[in-house]
Amino acid sequence: MWGLVDQLFQVGFLAALVRIATPLLLATLGEMLSERAGVLNLGIEGIMLIGAMAGFSVAYFSGNLWLGVAAAMAVGMVMAALHALLTVSFGLSQHVSGIGVTMLSSGLAFYIYRLVFGQPGQPPSVTAFQPLPLPGLSALPVIGPALFSQHALTYIAFLLVPLSAFILDHTPWGLSVRMVGENPHAADSAGVSVVARRWQAVVIGGGLMGVAGAFLSLAQFNAFTFGVINGRGWVAIALVVFGQWRPWRCAAGALMFAFIDALQLRLQASGLGQHVPYEAFLILPFLLTIVAMASVSRNAVAPAALLKPFRKEER
Amino acid sequence: MSHTVDDQPTFNRRHFLIGAGGLSALALGGLKVGPASAAGLKVAAVFATPIEEPWDNQIHVALLKAEKQLGIEYKWSENVQEADFARVMREYAQKGFQLVVGDAFAAERIARQVAKSFPKVAFLFGSGAGPAEPNFGVFDNWIQEPAFLSGMIAGKMTKTGVVGAVAAMAIPEVNRLVNAFFAGAKEVNPDVKKKVAFIGSFFDPPKAKEAAIAQIEAKADVIYAERFGVIEACKDKGVYAISNMSDQSSIAPDTVITGPVWDMFPTIEQAVKLVKAGVFTAQDYGDFSRMGKGGSDLAPYHDWDAKLPADVKALVAQRRQDILDGNFRVDVDEGTPTSD
Repeated sequence: MWGLVDQLFQVGFLAALVRIATPLLLATLGEMLSERAGVLNLGIEGIMLIGAMAGFSVAYFSGNLWLGVAAAMAVGMVMAALHALLTVSFGLSQHVSGIGVTMLSSGLAFYIYRLVFGQPGQPPSVTAFQPLPLPGLSALPVIGPALFSQHALTYIAFLLVPLSAFILDHTPWGLSVRMVGENPHAADSAGVSVVARRWQAVVIGGGLMGVAGAFLSLAQFNAFTFGVINGRGWVAIALVVFGQWRPWRCAAGALMFAFIDALQLRLQASGLGQHVPYEAFLILPFLLTIVAMASVSRNAVAPAALLKPFRKEER
Repeated sequence: MSHTVDDQPTFNRRHFLIGAGGLSALALGGLKVGPASAAGLKVAAVFATPIEEPWDNQIHVALLKAEKQLGIEYKWSENVQEADFARVMREYAQKGFQLVVGDAFAAERIARQVAKSFPKVAFLFGSGAGPAEPNFGVFDNWIQEPAFLSGMIAGKMTKTGVVGAVAAMAIPEVNRLVNAFFAGAKEVNPDVKKKVAFIGSFFDPPKAKEAAIAQIEAKADVIYAERFGVIEACKDKGVYAISNMSDQSSIAPDTVITGPVWDMFPTIEQAVKLVKAGVFTAQDYGDFSRMGKGGSDLAPYHDWDAKLPADVKALVAQRRQDILDGNFRVDVDEGTPTSD
């Protein structure tokens, strides 16, 4: 038991928390942006998978990890564009289209990986991103090695939180994104192109989802396997609700989930497993996310036009 | 790791297999057509997971070997979801395949029902249950013997006195290996402490890696990598790893000491022989996965041949011989292992 307490005060715990939070944070911010414009994107799980696959494949053949990240972003944007086409331009059900995009993306990821790599017994691998200690900051006691010896993509993910908050709250573009998500007809009257703004938000959001997938196959691990997303996309959707569609709160949600996940892995390594079945540990992050979401989302107000297709002539 | 790509398979047919089981369960399964051999026995495999899954991969590798060495004609379907399992099995049976191999864990009842309706076709499935007359034989990964030997090495090589195991989930096929591993470690090092983590899925290397890192922080310095992801964590943190199912030394030669290897070829060879002779019967072929039958063993030491202390090697070699001679039996313990 003391071993566990000791472990929770170690640098490694904090570092693991930040590492685990990174892909969730990227995906959550992407989903949040899309939803702020009024478009729920259930394609997230599949987009993350195809992003992980595309990122890995391009990095594998080019030898350039950043090229892989760019490819993951591009592929994420393409799949999100399909969702935008179906839901924004054609006004189809966002639920149906999103599930369709997830199924299509997953199938394509599998299919393309097989065409490119065949049936390898051991998944081919790349040399993954190495942690990038920030000069000066990484020398700080405790938080230095924990927070400032992370992957470059982790720093980017966390910088995106204030950045996206600033863009949404303080730029004309951000204001118009929020408008098309709250009251598209008012936005339309004000001369904002609802269709264009929604397209932009959905596509940029998809890019972030793709990068979230690539983080898993290029930084947190060094290869692509089929189940690698393993529900992280669905978690991001819950975290957006928990975060009440606000960047800082979404980040808090991602960190909370990662905290519990890092904690449960350490609980499993403690002697507690002799008294509690391991399934109870595994379920902890999900359970607490549901509890937190249920309590927080009572007061949460979703973007008013979320799930509602915009048709100019209709009110 | 080196950038090598395995031989590109030829896709002569493609199947769109849409699983109803899960939201992300869309899969494209390919059928691979091997070199045509009119006289060859037609063998098909139906896998519930992608071929990279270590368990299914060993079956697949053995069938590819049989294609080369025994001249069978081999086709397979991978990632076959439960909803499609019966259909894919039936398709093979109807197309004149004489032996259908696969893993039935995700679809026990379905596989057995289909087998009943094709009494002239031999079915050989990985299963936690027994065979069913007249034509449904079973096998399983009975590789607790080399898992035990790996544990002996771990018990000898740990400096902290803590050994770990990161595994998928607490199912009998996993538990008996992890328990045998710890039993081996305890035998040579009675004070050894064990750490166990389950990741709750078959494919989540980032999570398995994090679980291994958590164990390393808890002082584990030799970890049994039941799943992908663990070896990478051990490599990053400078501790030792024991691989699983296949020889995975190439992932990190300085990190991976050895590990249990499952060789399905003796099982496949036996089944093919019986089907060819027309005497295939519904029996438990699990015995052919044991060390004595060549169905499992320790992975080669590679560089570790020079690095392992001579007394450790001698100890393991002696115990290995005891097992082969039938003088030592590794207990099968399928209870859920827990951390000390």
